[in-house]
Amino acid sequence: MELLTPNIGLVFWMSLAFLIVLFVLRKFAWSGILKALKDREDFIDRSLKSAEEAKTQLSTLKAENENLLVEARAERESILKEAKEMKDTILAEAKLTASEEGNRLIAAARGEIEKEKNQALSDIKKQVGEISLEIAERVIRKELSDKGAQEALVAEHLSKAQSN
Amino acid sequence: MTQQANYQNFMYRTKVVFLAITLAILTSFSAAASGGHDENGKAEEFIPGDVIIHHVLDNHEIHIGNFHIPLPIILWDNGVIVGPFSSSNLAHGANYNGYVMHHEKIYKVGMGNEITFDAEGHIEAPKPLDFSITKAVVGVFITSVLLVLIFGAVARGYKKREGQSPKGIQSALEPLIVFVRDEIAKPSIGKKYEKFLPFLLTVFFFIWIANLLGLIPFIGGFNVTGNIAVALVLALLTFIVTAANGNKDYWMHILWTPGVPWWLKVPIPLMFIIEFIGFLSKPIVLMLRLFANITAGHIIILAFVSLIFIFDNLYGAAGGFGVSVVSVIFSIFMFCIELLVAFLQAYVFTLLSALYFGSAVEEHAHEH
Repeated sequence: MELLTPNIGLVFWMSLAFLIVLFVLRKFAWSGILKALKDREDFIDRSLKSAEEAKTQLSTLKAENENLLVEARAERESILKEAKEMKDTILAEAKLTASEEGNRLIAAARGEIEKEKNQALSDIKKQVGEISLEIAERVIRKELSDKGAQEALVAEHLSKAQSN
Repeated sequence: MTQQANYQNFMYRTKVVFLAITLAILTSFSAAASGGHDENGKAEEFIPGDVIIHHVLDNHEIHIGNFHIPLPIILWDNGVIVGPFSSSNLAHGANYNGYVMHHEKIYKVGMGNEITFDAEGHIEAPKPLDFSITKAVVGVFITSVLLVLIFGAVARGYKKREGQSPKGIQSALEPLIVFVRDEIAKPSIGKKYEKFLPFLLTVFFFIWIANLLGLIPFIGGFNVTGNIAVALVLALLTFIVTAANGNKDYWMHILWTPGVPWWLKVPIPLMFIIEFIGFLSKPIVLMLRLFANITAGHIIILAFVSLIFIFDNLYGAAGGFGVSVVSVIFSIFMFCIELLVAFLQAYVFTLLSALYFGSAVEEHAHEH
């Protein structure tokens, strides 16, 4: 029975000691410990969450990059195509203008040649005339040095003229 | 490098501690063997029941082996504080200023008088209230100091390594703190658990450390939580906290239990009586469970040890030696069980306290 009878002294000391311990630990230990634990848990949760966010961000970024790459590729393709087209047109134009110019030059050269030729021909004609006149003068002078010949000639011309 | 050296140092210390515990267990057996001595130093006959109860009950001195450490005695004698004076003054039934101690109880017999018994063997002298620093009080103080030192160190750890992983004693106790919070307080109380956490944590670690203190042999065999006064205070505090935090629903449930037929309540308040008994029996059950479990564990271990001396008395030294092999094995087995029980009872007490708090602050959905 003594085992089941609480001693008043022990009840007193136990209450006193326990309440002091409760108060001291509540003030100096539990509040700090529980707050630190909670902070750390929050921090871990937040870190995990932000890591997850970073992961999704990364994947969207990756997709974006992929898209960008595809777009860039397409653009390159189109630019190349355009450039080729441009080159072709420029080439064609150049060819066209070149041939035109050539034709024009040829035509011009031809004209010049014709002109030169005509000039040369007329010069030759003139010279031939002059030379012929000179020759004719000389011939005439020589022929007409004797009287008989002069008369013969006059006669001839006259006959020609009369026949006309 | 230093980590390895630390580890080796730790292993070495662990081994030393183990060796010390083993030695201490053996020594405490021999201490128990010495049993009691009467005033003339003559060996009494070995009565296991008396020896066991003597070890389980509170004491005004601490026995370490054959050393006796006297403890201060403080008395409340009709409004007058007497003492503190050393319990060695009252040793062997000596009269000190009119006070005499008989079986750890102090009586006021008057100067120079001896204890007198009436015809039925009861002592006639008045008993002043005993506020002495007994062995159990010393146990309570040791537990309290340990708690403050340990959790002071843990709290410092959190402050010093803020936002870092725990280390040392901090990492050793953090799982238990988290266990009390997440496995006991949160599920039992609900969202108002934070208010009760300091009390629950203190109760949990107080009971656990006090239980473990009672299991350490050679330091005098403390029986702190196995003393009904200690269990009473703890249960009473749980009761007070429950009652102080009871909301309207909680009190209504006791006074006018909803969801039961009216005839259980109106002519005779049957439900109220039942609920009120439940209200009062909760702390009593809490107290008895803790007290009985720890005391029973102490009694069983002491009984196994006593077996050696019973057989020694019956069959001589050979009998004692023969039984000692079995006894020691069973005692070691019981020590292991008691280590588990030390934790389990702390857990059960805290869990039930948390459940009572939970029922006190629960918001009912108003239909049962």
